[in-house]
Amino acid sequence: MSVIYILWLREVKRYLRSRVQIIASLGNPLLYLLVLGFGLGPVFKRAGNGDYLQFVAPGIIGMSVLFSSIFSGLGLLWDRQFGFLKETLVAPVSRMQIMVGRTLGGSTVAVIQGLLITLVCVIAGFRPPNPLAIPLTFGFMVMIAVVFASLGVAIGSGLQDMQGFQLIMNFLVMPIYFLSGALFPLKDAHGVLKYITRTDPLAYGIDGIRSVLGAPNVAFDARLDFVVLLAVGTVFLMFGAWRFHKIEA
Amino acid sequence: MIRVQNLVKTFGTLNAVNDVSFEVAEGEIFAFLGPNGAGKTTTIKMLTTLLKPTSGKIQLDGLDPQVQRNEARKRFGIVFQDPSLDGDLTASENMEIHGVLYHVPHKLRRQRTEELLKQFELWDRRNDQVKKFSGGMKRRLEIARGFLHTPRILFLDEPTLGLDPQSRNQLWTHIKKVNEAERVTVFLTTHYMDEADRVAHRIGVIDHGKLVAQGTPAAIKEQTGTTTLEDAFLALTGSTIREESASSADQMRQFAKMWSGGKR
Ligand SMILES: Nc1ncnc2c1ncn2[C@@H]1O[C@H](COP(=O)(O)OP(=O)(O)OP(=O)(O)O)[C@@H](O)[C@H]1O
Ligand SMILES: [Mg+2]
Repeated sequence: MSVIYILWLREVKRYLRSRVQIIASLGNPLLYLLVLGFGLGPVFKRAGNGDYLQFVAPGIIGMSVLFSSIFSGLGLLWDRQFGFLKETLVAPVSRMQIMVGRTLGGSTVAVIQGLLITLVCVIAGFRPPNPLAIPLTFGFMVMIAVVFASLGVAIGSGLQDMQGFQLIMNFLVMPIYFLSGALFPLKDAHGVLKYITRTDPLAYGIDGIRSVLGAPNVAFDARLDFVVLLAVGTVFLMFGAWRFHKIEA
Repeated sequence: MIRVQNLVKTFGTLNAVNDVSFEVAEGEIFAFLGPNGAGKTTTIKMLTTLLKPTSGKIQLDGLDPQVQRNEARKRFGIVFQDPSLDGDLTASENMEIHGVLYHVPHKLRRQRTEELLKQFELWDRRNDQVKKFSGGMKRRLEIARGFLHTPRILFLDEPTLGLDPQSRNQLWTHIKKVNEAERVTVFLTTHYMDEADRVAHRIGVIDHGKLVAQGTPAAIKEQTGTTTLEDAFLALTGSTIREESASSADQMRQFAKMWSGGKR
């Protein structure tokens, strides 16, 4: 059994064992879906932007994948705090393997979370256009997950304790979320905002999901979304591995 | 087996380990003693590739742990001073991960896990999550895990921390057994002087990052003119009756302490 597999399995087991957390983590997206979907829906429609639920569902899916993957990457901090990190760092295996195992595990968890939210969206009335849309959505979820799990590892490698966590949350994760166009159509963004949103990897992820799910107000081409995510994912994975490589305990 | 030359580690302006040199022969049990903050854990971290030395040379079984990292890592097992288990996983799962990380073949992994968990009286609880264990049980699991891949060198950083006398006794018996039967080299730290006196072939005493004495327990006692290792330790590290007979170095330290707001 390989090192990558066992560390992947560890992440998945830990996730499946935290049932309360899984249920709690569904609450937030559900709230967004209900409040925004049903609250803003009529306004959105009147403005000629189509059905808001169809529009916002991919945003909520992207959001849950973002949060779940970046937290799993930052889980490094918990492992440092509770000491398990040392156990992996002194083992006769390359840091690359450890990092990849963790990142894939975290990504898997994030994708499971994304699938759960997709299900919730469908229950709330969201309708994918055709069966082919589901595997394509899945593909975009995987890419979003890898991008942000790697980013989480890259950041987590540099943090010594939980102090920095709130900082990362407020000045990185929330902006990534709000600037991604999860909640508003990017094509209406103007001026500086337009350029800032273009630098947000999540924007391409959510846009990709919108494309394949046939949601209204798609901003870019799905192929562009795919290429950008692939490139950013590769860079972040390498960046994360490099940062992880430099950890001292 | 372990060779350390002029090892230095500085954190900012603090010399946590300051020009330390020693050797530990194969099959030897070496106790590394010193007061809190003396630099024991920092030394172990450098020996086990967790920290980069500021300067100095280290050899483990002829290997440089900074260069031939994974080769060196295969040779040692370590029980950390601080917790290092995954609390969400079970005892077996923690062992399993360790076995895979150290490339222990599947069958052998199973067999040794069973042996060790039985030995440390954790077999009945093997499928319980570790976070539900008592402090002593966690400690025993960490120790059992350290033995899993049959290391040639064992680093034990206060292994008996939080263990009851029964478990302590059993642990040292086990360590002596593997030391004698398999010639495993043991590098340990402890604050229980009687343990060190009983199990160690040789002792190194470190204080404020400097190695202040080295030798067999008997030699150290003789050198300090004391009858117990505890007295020898106190004589060497100068914390007894510091008020009355403080050396000039001790006085300097006291001053430094006052001026730095008691940080050291
Ligand atoms: N990461 C670090 N950054 C800054 N200072 C450190 C760091 N790690 C250890 N130190 C300092 O180095 C000194 C030696 O610490 P070390 O943990 O090696 O002591 P020790 O001998 O193991 O003590 P104890 O018996 O309490 O475990 C201490 O003054 C400690 O505060
Ligand atoms: Mg220590």
